[in-house]
Amino acid sequence: MNRRGRLWLLPVSVLVAIVLGLLPLPGPVQGLRPYWLALVVAYWVLEEPEHAGLGLAFGAGLLADLAFGTLLGEQALRLVIMAFILQRFRTQLRFFPLPQQALSIGGLLLNDRVVTAVLHLMLGLPQLPWTYWLAPLVGMVLWVPLFLGFDALRQVRRPR
Amino acid sequence: MSSFANPAAQRPGDVAGTLRLLAFLALSVVLIVLDHRGGWLERLRATANVAVQPLWQLAGLPSRLGQTVREDAVTRSLLAEDNRRLRNDLLVMAARQARLQVEADENARLRGLLGAATRHGLDVQLAPVLNVDMDPARQRLLLDAGSSDGVHVGQSVIDAGGLVGQIIAVTPGTATVLLLTDLDHAVPVSISRSGVRLVAYGIGRSDRLEVRNIPVSSDVEIGDVVVTSGLGGRFPPGFPVGTLVDLRPDDSHAFLVGDLRPSAQLDRGRDVLLLREGRTRAPEGAQPPADAPPAVSPDAEEPAAPPAAAPAGTTAPERATPAAAEPAR
Repeated sequence: MNRRGRLWLLPVSVLVAIVLGLLPLPGPVQGLRPYWLALVVAYWVLEEPEHAGLGLAFGAGLLADLAFGTLLGEQALRLVIMAFILQRFRTQLRFFPLPQQALSIGGLLLNDRVVTAVLHLMLGLPQLPWTYWLAPLVGMVLWVPLFLGFDALRQVRRPR
Repeated sequence: MSSFANPAAQRPGDVAGTLRLLAFLALSVVLIVLDHRGGWLERLRATANVAVQPLWQLAGLPSRLGQTVREDAVTRSLLAEDNRRLRNDLLVMAARQARLQVEADENARLRGLLGAATRHGLDVQLAPVLNVDMDPARQRLLLDAGSSDGVHVGQSVIDAGGLVGQIIAVTPGTATVLLLTDLDHAVPVSISRSGVRLVAYGIGRSDRLEVRNIPVSSDVEIGDVVVTSGLGGRFPPGFPVGTLVDLRPDDSHAFLVGDLRPSAQLDRGRDVLLLREGRTRAPEGAQPPADAPPAVSPDAEEPAAPPAAAPAGTTAPERATPAAAEPAR
């Protein structure tokens, strides 16, 4: 009941994630910017499978493409791939302890980097500097606080 | 609810999920390809850009706030110091400008003698850069000025150093600049020392441009300054593009490839200048034949121009010439 009332968090969190992705960072740490949108989408796909799925991933990705000026569909593709993998392993992932969950999210973010690199290679776009490969690590570290924060906001009680 | 890991119950969901995945993947690939090749999605993007505009404004807010706070916190003495320095600079610049103005006039007179079209003065508009991090793989810049400020697609963008890029998309409140260094960008240039005409291509790195197909015998050296040549009509001639820092033979060994260091501050400036196209090109082209004694008439055109108009000198020549050109026709 309570969870139902908190669904407005979904669009809000997606928008906040996009704005966080646009925030200017000083040059050297630019590559470390975590992929906020992926983290947020991952949370919703894991926790609200009835409302968040491939459609959400695609829509959020398109919006982010427009906002970031990336090729239209690039982030949509990346997020759809991630959401699909998450859906497949959702049952296992949900019962992982948080640190282990964070590890798998880190793996997914790394996979996302690989997908981006392949995409850029195929389209002849320049590859990103190597520091961008560190971003999944940052995302992995952020997963635990993000997850707990969302749970607190939605007032979910879970036995742990 | 459906979260019990029951393999038997999962089968149909699996198939549907895979189908949905394939559908979405196909959709995104189609979009990527459409967006990558040919601007079929230009219209869609233009409309949708208006929708994401608030997001940009929101993301640019912290840095703008920080800037305001910093400016407010500056002490009086610092301001006075700043003021003194700026006034000093202004004086120096004005003096330099006055000297340039004399040369420009002389240049105009000589060109009049040659019967060639004169180069027009600068009419520019200052536009703040909206501090937002766009996709690092594409060299773009977002300006906090849009069609409601008179910005339109195709305008050249410069800064104090030289050419920055051109406007490729405009919404009512923002404009997107394609930087020189974008992979899709090319500028017709010439070596300012020898006049050799070349084309400078972006290679997707913010600190490099590439000049290809330089004939081995041509007069090009490391350290040469490269300026826009004005060919093609998109960019006005004479703006610095970069400095040649490296020359090497290309794969065929029949031509040279040069690396340019851009002269504009491409990575992070606070403001840029938008060039308003002088609409003076056509009338000016028609002007020289009209006035038969060319030696006198340009002189008479702008008698007050050189020292008096020095501070406002950037706009003066352009404003002055069309007015004089009209009656002449």
